[in-house]
Amino acid sequence: MNTTTTAESLVASPETGHERPNYLNATYGLRSWLLTKDHKRIAILYLISVTAFFALGSLFAFLIRLELLTPEGDMFQPDTYNRLFTMHGIVMVFFFLIPAIPAVLGNFLVPLMIGAKDLAFPRINLASWYVYNLGGLFTLWSIVHGGVDTGWTFYTPYSTHYSNTYVISAALGIFITGFSSIFTGLNFIVTIHRMRAPGMTWFRLPLFIWSHYATSLIIVLGTPVVAITLLMVAAERVLHLGLFDPALGGDPVLFQHLFWFYSHPAVYIMILPAMGVISELVAAFARKPVFGYKVVAFASIAIAVLGFLVWGHHMFVAGESAYAATVFSVLSMLVAIPSAVKVFNWTATLYQGSVSLQTPMLYALGFIGLFTLGGLTGVMVATLGIDVHVHDTYFIVAHFHYIMVGGTIMGYMGGLHYWWPKISGKLYPAFLSRLAALLIFCGFNLTFFPQFILGYLGMPRRYWAYPPEFQVLNVLSTAGASILGVGYVLPLFYFIWSMRYGKNSGDNPWGAVGLEWDTPSPPPTENFYTTPVVTHGPYEYTVKEVHDRTSPTEARVG
Amino acid sequence: MASTTIDTHHHPRLQHQFDSLEQQKESSTLGMWMFLVTEIMFFGGLFTAYVVYRTKYPHVFAAASHHLDVTLGGLNTAVLIGSSLTMALSIWAAQVNKRKLIVIFLIATMALGTVFLGVKAKEYSDKFTHHLVPGAHFAPEDPHLQGVAQDQAQIFFSLYFMMTGLHALHMIIGLGILAALIRPSWKGRFDALYHTPLECTGLYWHFVDIVWIFLFPLLYLLGAHAH
Repeated sequence: MNTTTTAESLVASPETGHERPNYLNATYGLRSWLLTKDHKRIAILYLISVTAFFALGSLFAFLIRLELLTPEGDMFQPDTYNRLFTMHGIVMVFFFLIPAIPAVLGNFLVPLMIGAKDLAFPRINLASWYVYNLGGLFTLWSIVHGGVDTGWTFYTPYSTHYSNTYVISAALGIFITGFSSIFTGLNFIVTIHRMRAPGMTWFRLPLFIWSHYATSLIIVLGTPVVAITLLMVAAERVLHLGLFDPALGGDPVLFQHLFWFYSHPAVYIMILPAMGVISELVAAFARKPVFGYKVVAFASIAIAVLGFLVWGHHMFVAGESAYAATVFSVLSMLVAIPSAVKVFNWTATLYQGSVSLQTPMLYALGFIGLFTLGGLTGVMVATLGIDVHVHDTYFIVAHFHYIMVGGTIMGYMGGLHYWWPKISGKLYPAFLSRLAALLIFCGFNLTFFPQFILGYLGMPRRYWAYPPEFQVLNVLSTAGASILGVGYVLPLFYFIWSMRYGKNSGDNPWGAVGLEWDTPSPPPTENFYTTPVVTHGPYEYTVKEVHDRTSPTEARVG
Repeated sequence: MASTTIDTHHHPRLQHQFDSLEQQKESSTLGMWMFLVTEIMFFGGLFTAYVVYRTKYPHVFAAASHHLDVTLGGLNTAVLIGSSLTMALSIWAAQVNKRKLIVIFLIATMALGTVFLGVKAKEYSDKFTHHLVPGAHFAPEDPHLQGVAQDQAQIFFSLYFMMTGLHALHMIIGLGILAALIRPSWKGRFDALYHTPLECTGLYWHFVDIVWIFLFPLLYLLGAHAH
């Protein structure tokens, strides 16, 4: 691998190098970070917080998989196990999956991609990070005091009357964190509407922006509903009002409706930003414009809209009427259309492209495969007959992990690897990062594919023990989880390593054409030295360019 | 809103990320509208619960509604609509550069808001003395609201307190924001060119007003045609 020279030659202005003033070296000291209003620094703050919560959620996952290594419940008490899977769900869903891509990559890139100096409301942006951590503290408080055992869904009346754990502080934590999400979504919507550079028309926006716009709509419309729902749960728990208690005239299924009205669209809050990332990656590493740009853009909006009409598919076995269930079933299947449009269009983009298998592209290809599996099993569970059979089994667990982990985390990791040179101005080790991508892909499939089979065979979720005939598949799953764990630790190591020892990436190591690459890496505090004037679309790639381009991530450890 | 860096466009209130005052104003008002959308969804959860239980227990809801004071509720409706007028007038005052009028109308808005909260407090205390506050001491004397109906009435009063309580909380926050605007208004910070904070506060205040316009008939006038 011809390393040093290529990396150097890619630096756009080598004489300035990392000495140039940028957002990282503009000011120093903890205070300058904790009081920053720069969206790029806030993205870094979020990156740190989100990574910490991801580590915590992974720890719970690890303990769950450890318990499930043997059929007997031998490592934890059943009570403890209930708390483990609940805290795993709460931490991962509300503190990692929902904020990860919008708050880290979105925060960093939305202004850069549209040619703005910052988000519309920088102070609200900073506040959102503090609110996120405050919510996190509440949740951590309930973890430290023994956790919650209701499942991340807080189903009533168990959560309101019977659970003997710290429901209120956990619910309040989620309530508070919801506001950080709302702040981010609101900021993105206003920024995308009002802060675009001259010439940046709607159809010149990168698909990353379109998907973040769709995501923000869901955040703004959905999050307040779960907030008020959790407030009602807290009030019910304290005062025994009867809102969700059948013994007092209340309706527990009303809670499920209100909860899933947000929490199903929340899945699209997780997956849409990842889809935006994948569109950028596929175009950049196939050296082609995204096939059917407008269709992909509107598919994001369609997913956001349809996403609000399908929540009832979580209640097929909760006493929903056959008519409602049928309607929700059909609507749920409709979501597959815009989702499939995206998958087909990415694939069509690859066709006759000049595909280079750089690390980010490995994640993108992984995403397409895993999302397809997760999406197709989604159509299966949207089917009434199948859902009744697999409801509350590991089939469901496998399905949503294929979307959330196989989709969102692959997108997040791919995005981090693609924009890391933009964020840090540094290159990470090529071999190690490819190895990590491969480990994550293989580890993921080994962890979750057996769970499809387990679920179809009838292993229910949320039990700490299981019949011995399920052990082989469970051992495979736990083995896969350990490989997955190694895959996650590697990037943590080499990203930190690269900040100090990595080679300078130059301004545009991938030869990418997005507006965010038209400014130095790392960008100056004001993003662009002069306000850019946009004259073309986001994916003006030509296939032959690739022959002049050598692999940019060939820096090595040591 | 304090500015961080003063940019090429000269107005001292222009924040660094914007190119012009106009862009800043458009962004702020759009942001406020988006925030109000989230507020609608926030209240929407309670309205949904209300619709579900009212459909389920129409007679108990009507009977329970009789225990709300329509006169006080009606008075509060008038007070709140009046406060929306004074709020709108304070923005008009800014548009015609009348500094003192801005302050006068802001104070008038605050006064009306306080009257509303005072009346609300009186109503709450009446409910308390009549054992109509949900919880351990909930015990309505009304013969229509005994047995199973008592539990269902408790749901009505739970929703009543949550909806009006959340509304009152929004009023209190609004009063805080209005109070914070008085000083800069007095110092001449707002004029025809720049009065975005006033305008955004106005949007918020009108929204809180409109929520009440929905709450009043749903909660107070519900029983008017029953029995």
